[in-house]
Amino acid sequence: MSRKLFASSRNLPILVTLGLFIVMFGLGSIAFPGFFSIQNFLNLFIDNSYLLILAVGMTFVIISGGIDLSVGSMLALSGMVSASLLEKAHMSPLFVIPIVLLMGTALGLFMGYLIQAFDLPPFIITLAGLYLARGLCYVVSLFTISVKNNFFQAAAHAQVNIIGTNFLSPGALIAIGVVLIGFFVSRYTKFGRTVYAIGGSEQSALLMGLPVARTKIATYALSGFCSALGGIVFTFYTLSGYGLNGKGMELDTIAAVVIGGTLLTGGVGNLFGTLLGVLVYGIIQVLIVFQGTLNSWWTRIVIGFLVFVFCVLQRLFEARKGATLGRNTAREPAKAAAGR
Amino acid sequence: MTSWRSLSRTKIVWPLIALGALLLLNLFFTPHFFRLEIKQGHLYGNLIDILKNVAPIMLLSIGMTLVIATHGIDISVGSVVAVSAGAVAILIGGDLAGHPKYPIAVAMIAALLVCTAAGMWNGMLVSRVRMQPIIATLILFVAGRGIAMVFTNAMVIWLYAKPFAILGQGYVLGIPFSIYIVAFVLLLTFIFTRRTAVGMFIEAVGINPTAARFSGINAKNILFWVYTFSGLCAGISGLIVCSTVMSADGNNAGNLYELDAILAVVLGGTSLNGGKFYLFGSIVGALIIQTLTTSIYAIGIPADVSPVVKAFVVWAVCLMQSERFRTRIVRVFVRKGLSA
Repeated sequence: MSRKLFASSRNLPILVTLGLFIVMFGLGSIAFPGFFSIQNFLNLFIDNSYLLILAVGMTFVIISGGIDLSVGSMLALSGMVSASLLEKAHMSPLFVIPIVLLMGTALGLFMGYLIQAFDLPPFIITLAGLYLARGLCYVVSLFTISVKNNFFQAAAHAQVNIIGTNFLSPGALIAIGVVLIGFFVSRYTKFGRTVYAIGGSEQSALLMGLPVARTKIATYALSGFCSALGGIVFTFYTLSGYGLNGKGMELDTIAAVVIGGTLLTGGVGNLFGTLLGVLVYGIIQVLIVFQGTLNSWWTRIVIGFLVFVFCVLQRLFEARKGATLGRNTAREPAKAAAGR
Repeated sequence: MTSWRSLSRTKIVWPLIALGALLLLNLFFTPHFFRLEIKQGHLYGNLIDILKNVAPIMLLSIGMTLVIATHGIDISVGSVVAVSAGAVAILIGGDLAGHPKYPIAVAMIAALLVCTAAGMWNGMLVSRVRMQPIIATLILFVAGRGIAMVFTNAMVIWLYAKPFAILGQGYVLGIPFSIYIVAFVLLLTFIFTRRTAVGMFIEAVGINPTAARFSGINAKNILFWVYTFSGLCAGISGLIVCSTVMSADGNNAGNLYELDAILAVVLGGTSLNGGKFYLFGSIVGALIIQTLTTSIYAIGIPADVSPVVKAFVVWAVCLMQSERFRTRIVRVFVRKGLSA
């Protein structure tokens, strides 16, 4: 009985997000002719493929109790580097893509190492990563580099039919693949479970003999990999590299993850929720486009409001859970003591 | 009391040394860096440039210092700067003849009220809803820029009301007017926190909120007012930003300022784990950041590349603050000493 209650309260934020998505899609379908179509649904995946990939990496980092602010500029840097290698060095995508992925992973690894080995705040370290990647973009080039490479062109224009003539782009397929793999890793591998354990309580994870250091570093490396992959998919989408791409995307990503029910305190979260979070983010944009008269900046206000609603919801759940466990939520005194 | 003073003095030594070293480095690269000239009655030169451009970051860092002292963080300040600029711009209006729509003082006070309300919103979320500060302020970070864009109807508003320009472009006794504003705010804050018990209460809340509550400190109200104050500081900062360029650009005003402000506070010696705070340290931290930026321009590195330098500075400072890193370095040196 109590277990059932616990399980449902843990899944409730995801159900709320799912409900929200269905309601928004329903309202859009009623209000706007031509809104309700399978293609319009699939477009959400196409237009937000890169965000989805970033969000997967971010989910792992946040579940482990950390944060990665560098993803937006890493996306820009990956796009810049791939565009430059393709167009200026005329390298084959066969080499460019692995190089870029390796670069992203390496930078994530480096930041993870700093955070773990020297007990530094992830917020500041990845913030510096944000600066670094953004600055490196302009080291590569101050101007937009458009990508004319055949493979990238083909990937940008390819349409893979899913149901009838409704299609997904290769980028969207990659994103869905990343989500599925991420879901599997988080649920069924030792690494995934360790990430949850660390987010729940790093001390306990350590005492249980779990490889805390290695896993924590790995989550940042994973996030770096995802942002590099996101950058490549973004390049498929826009066919150009530009230093201002993905500005502020780190916070869009965090917002999507939070809307998806992942707790920023760590330990709780689900990649299916993250997928829904990104879809909600996407549908708000689509609704505002369909509505037509509203300034597109309303997207940001609505997203801010949703983050607010979800955080309050989460606080309520936490409070209730704390009450059922017979204690108030112990607010990170352990963490504060450890950091001192 | 005296021991606290000596501690704060030793603490401020390091940022000062860093600032001094940075300035000396400039002497090496650009010999005319320190040249001051008098043109049209006020001083000109790189040093004055630094002072002129540093004011907004200094103001933000004053508010941010108190927030960080409570073991919090306010990432919404950059967006609040944009809101403030947007609000004051629409109230003054873009009249080409320079006749303000509302009196300039009224417009400024109204903008400050809006920003104080924004700060109160943050404070309420952190203190009453008990959200994590990063998330609580993430909401306004995302939404704030949207609000600013809705204010200005997503256009850049140009101002022609001359008197308003004094704030960001005026000089008094050869020194930028904005510096006097900073000095005034700093002095008030210093008196209010250090000549009363408020500063100690803030530190107590940052070190251990539970213990602070048990010793009779109203931790909730301290948190609430600290965020409110940070909002107000961001508001003043926004007015100066708007006045300096005589325009309000909701998209770019205050962009990445939150990062600079946090960096200034950390450089100044206040730990992100809360507790002891150093207002003057933060001021020096802000000076370091601005000097770094100005030096990068003076040396002739493209402005867009400067974040790369910033990133390495952040990492270096973080490593120096890390106890684990210091013990490791000491161990390396000891080993070398033994083998030699």
